[in-house]
Amino acid sequence: MTIRPQSGHRVDGLVKVTGRARYAGDVAAEGVVFGCFATSDIPAGKVTSVDTTDAEAEPGVVRIWTHENVPRLPKLTHAAAGESLLPLQTDRVTFEGQGIALVLAETLEAAEEAARRVRATYEVEPAQTDFRMALDQRVVIDDWAPLSTSVGDFAAGLGRAQVKVDQSYRTADRHHHAIEPAAVLAIWDGREMLVHDSTQWGYGVRAALAQVLGLPPTQIRVVSEYVGGGFGAKGSVWPYEVYAAVAARELGRPVKIVLSRSQSFTAHGYQPATDQRVILGATEDGCLTAVRHESINPTAILDDHIEHGTLGTRSMYQCPAIETQEHVVRVHRGSPTFMRTPHEGPGMVGLEIAMDELAYALHLDPLELRRRNYAEHDPTNGKPFSSNALRECYDIGAERFGWARRTHPPKSMRDGNDWVGWGMGNALMGTFRFGASARTTLTRDGRVRIETGSQEIGTGTRTTLPLVAAEILGIPADRITVSLGDTNLPEAGGTFGSSTTIGVGSAVREAATQLRHRLNQLAAEPGLQPHEYGEVLALRGLDQLAAEGGWAPSKESGNFAMFAFGAVFAEVRVDALLRVPRVTRLVGAYSVGRVIDPIGARAQITGGMIWGIGQALMESSTMDHALGRYVSKNLTGGLVPVSADVPDLEVHFADEFDPHASPLGARGVGEIGPVGVAPAIANAVFHATGIRIREVPIRVEHLMGEG
Amino acid sequence: MRPFHYERVSEPVKAIAIRAVAPNGRYLAGGTDLLTLMKDGVECPDHLIDINDLPFRHIELDSDELRIGALARLSDVADAELVRREYPLLTQSIEAAASAQVRNAASIGGNLLQRTRCPYFRSETVVPCNKRTPGSGCSAIRGDQRTLAVVGTSAVCSAAHPSDLAVALVALDAHVRLEGAGSTRTVALRQFYQTPDTAPDQDTILRPGELIVEIVVPRLDPRTVGHYAKVRDRASFSFALVSAAVVLRRDGDQMRNVRIALGGVAPMPWRLPAVERALEGTGLDLRGVAGALETILADARPLPGNQFKVSLARAVVHRALQLAAGAA
Ligand SMILES: Cc1cc2nc3c(=O)[nH]c(=O)nc-3n(C[C@H](O)[C@H](O)[C@H](O)COP(=O)(O)OP(=O)(O)OC[C@H]3O[C@@H](n4cnc5c(N)ncnc54)[C@H](O)[C@@H]3O)c2cc1C
Ligand code: SF4
Repeated sequence: MTIRPQSGHRVDGLVKVTGRARYAGDVAAEGVVFGCFATSDIPAGKVTSVDTTDAEAEPGVVRIWTHENVPRLPKLTHAAAGESLLPLQTDRVTFEGQGIALVLAETLEAAEEAARRVRATYEVEPAQTDFRMALDQRVVIDDWAPLSTSVGDFAAGLGRAQVKVDQSYRTADRHHHAIEPAAVLAIWDGREMLVHDSTQWGYGVRAALAQVLGLPPTQIRVVSEYVGGGFGAKGSVWPYEVYAAVAARELGRPVKIVLSRSQSFTAHGYQPATDQRVILGATEDGCLTAVRHESINPTAILDDHIEHGTLGTRSMYQCPAIETQEHVVRVHRGSPTFMRTPHEGPGMVGLEIAMDELAYALHLDPLELRRRNYAEHDPTNGKPFSSNALRECYDIGAERFGWARRTHPPKSMRDGNDWVGWGMGNALMGTFRFGASARTTLTRDGRVRIETGSQEIGTGTRTTLPLVAAEILGIPADRITVSLGDTNLPEAGGTFGSSTTIGVGSAVREAATQLRHRLNQLAAEPGLQPHEYGEVLALRGLDQLAAEGGWAPSKESGNFAMFAFGAVFAEVRVDALLRVPRVTRLVGAYSVGRVIDPIGARAQITGGMIWGIGQALMESSTMDHALGRYVSKNLTGGLVPVSADVPDLEVHFADEFDPHASPLGARGVGEIGPVGVAPAIANAVFHATGIRIREVPIRVEHLMGEG
Repeated sequence: MRPFHYERVSEPVKAIAIRAVAPNGRYLAGGTDLLTLMKDGVECPDHLIDINDLPFRHIELDSDELRIGALARLSDVADAELVRREYPLLTQSIEAAASAQVRNAASIGGNLLQRTRCPYFRSETVVPCNKRTPGSGCSAIRGDQRTLAVVGTSAVCSAAHPSDLAVALVALDAHVRLEGAGSTRTVALRQFYQTPDTAPDQDTILRPGELIVEIVVPRLDPRTVGHYAKVRDRASFSFALVSAAVVLRRDGDQMRNVRIALGGVAPMPWRLPAVERALEGTGLDLRGVAGALETILADARPLPGNQFKVSLARAVVHRALQLAAGAA
């Protein structure tokens, strides 16, 4: 399929809206068997027996695996694993929703019905699913980033403070809710494993499967043409993917597993709630003297996920004394995982509401307070920022929003029935950079094909990469096509951490540069023009010419602190009688380095800001701790914003080129959007009503009664 | 999947006859509620009788009443010119329900018969729920109580009826016409729903196999005004936390014949007769209504998790009155 970009359009927009884009669940295979897990009803204990008699009686059942007859597998130790424990490999149950049997059947319907008919008995053990009830059992574990940091003398800084804030904040458990449920189809031909998967990281799936199946990676091919949203849930490798491959090899038939919406609640992680405590000390004129931020989140009994709620605090504001500390509490729930936006998404809720509280304690404009504490370099590790246009963001955002017209006292901006509130919050997100490789191939018709093992998860990869190559090659982007989502293509990292344009984009840039270089060498005379590329091939009797390029972060660039920054301004209206908070305006201004695809970047941030409205006012995956399970495993109980909730929304970018983050001048765009939105909204709610809410989501009941 | 028979019928008597010999059968209208519950395993009919070809799609107004066929789609009713003109309250309540897509598919009869529920009702079948499996217990009452009802509840079940339209219809004193094997009857919608005490799995008094044929709404005095106000967690496409339908007749600068029904607070649309009486004759400027509004749901027995619904109900009624009386 050839897709030609038109300027300003998603190149794959048409195939997506017309249903022609092929997702993993759409792929058909001769003789396919469908898999469905029967899952544990209890959160903790031992499976004493699994009765499959009734399930086997369902017509079409091919095989049922339980812990007693399943092929033994090694632990999933690869770093790509979302959960190390593979279900059925033990009789131990550590969360509700853990697989206790895998049904394989001729149809999806038969597999689901048989799974429903599996009866298990358990030796029930006491369960704790509520981390807030077990805070005394907090533990510190190791992770990719330090769990605690300390610079300066916090006690002395706080002692010196003339104004203090010391408050606790909460964020809620949330799920990714991608519209396309996770789907995998594994096909084993006796030698090679072909896996069609809805994944954000094809090479990660390949490596993890290689480890569990004991196959060389070269005998595994993972294809992921389109992904209907992942948001982190499809960024790791989860048991259903492993078992599809295992079953395909055992049965010698293709095996497909498509998760139902309710299974999606326990099959591939969630964003854990956080409990945070923020202590701020400042001088009378609003200069921070001490900052302390603690964050606790639940993790699984057997797996570690630290939400790193304090990461942003380590780098956001200039302050001589900053301490941060992360903890986790083990609970009987599946493993949490990354979810847009991990770490700073929940973490900045605490810091940025606390900053608003400090502004009010100081009688200072909240934006002015932030300006006064602007960090010239990273306050924790002392490194210079690779580039930082946050001051410009403040200027653009405030100007576009009309911040100067804000009156400071709460409840001072009433309009008819509504209290109107204006609030702001800072956004910050660490820059993740992964090595990548790509190939560019010129054909005689003057067209170029980009090939890379990255994936398109809705972020616009197929639109952005041609823009990068076009700039180097000097040909229009619509003469450049992209093939991706296949581990037979040059290796690229996962599509997460807002890393794709940086890593894959830089690799494409390098490959295009190499291609141009080779063309110059092959040209008859110097001064080769882009419209002559095809002629060069003809001249040399070549049908096509390929060049590969790779990129990895340089060692020197590690001397810089790298972040995407932003400033978010929110207007909220709260009907004084009904007390329902609604966002009526959002303006975000961002510092993300150079913007490669302005329309795509704007779309990314727009979606992200709407995501932030969900975090602020709606999203909470409620758990019933007596039952140890989610109350509503559907989208009626777990609300996300609909179009009517989307306000007048503006996205602006500072004009910037980051010389250190990547050769493109770009940093990440995908995940900064949701950060800072929820605290901006919470602060606007305070400004509107005078009621300070220190948790999200903020709902009508929080605002009833007072005021 | 659990197999079931499917049949499409075009005559009411045929539908009723099939249903009579299929005790575990269900009528299928738009399917927007039934099919969801079947996928969840909450409803497991062995026979689906598709009634979409029955001649119940009319929307007719005569000198006495408005008659709406049970199979008219929500969007058809909301958009009907005579409904917009004569009963804007109905249009408001329908447009506040679900989404445009659901309203295009959903029927009026199905809307009144959508299952009363709380979030646990759709959980996996191992989760106790008296409404789904009588005698299994109620998970919500000691669990997530936020959406539960605050009046007319029992220890057996505290779920709130979710329909918006029913709230408006109860405020309008509407009736439903029912047809069963060899009998027809007309029941006030106010008497149609039942409390959960004895048979929590039966939301209404509809007998097995009975069809809703049409809804009958009395004509309104030309000076009658009404308003539907709904509070929900997002701006569209979610069930009411609390809603209120208010109907009143403007008499000079006073309100008469005040009728108020609440949604989201009870297992059925909940009329407020004492408040209606107290408001009789009060000024359309709403001065002096505060006392009457204070008594709204004074007899409620909220749980810690849904306490807010009581004060919210007062606020919603107040707003609906303001908008109906033109005082907002
Ligand atoms: C996502 C979503 C959001 C929603 N939000 C709202 C909301 O905000 N407010 C609201 O009011 N509703 C809401 N609804 C409910 C929706 O309005 C109902 O599902 C719909 O009205 C049901 O009508 P139907 O024709 O699809 O009924 P069906 O699903 O076909 O039937 C429902 C039940 O009624 C029975 N039945 C149907 N017609 C008859 C008849 N004529 N005689 C006898 N029995 C009959 C069926 O046997 C079945 O038991 C929502 C639904 C969804 C899916
Ligand atoms: S309130 Fe009713 S519907 Fe909800 S769990 Fe209890 S019995 Fe079931």
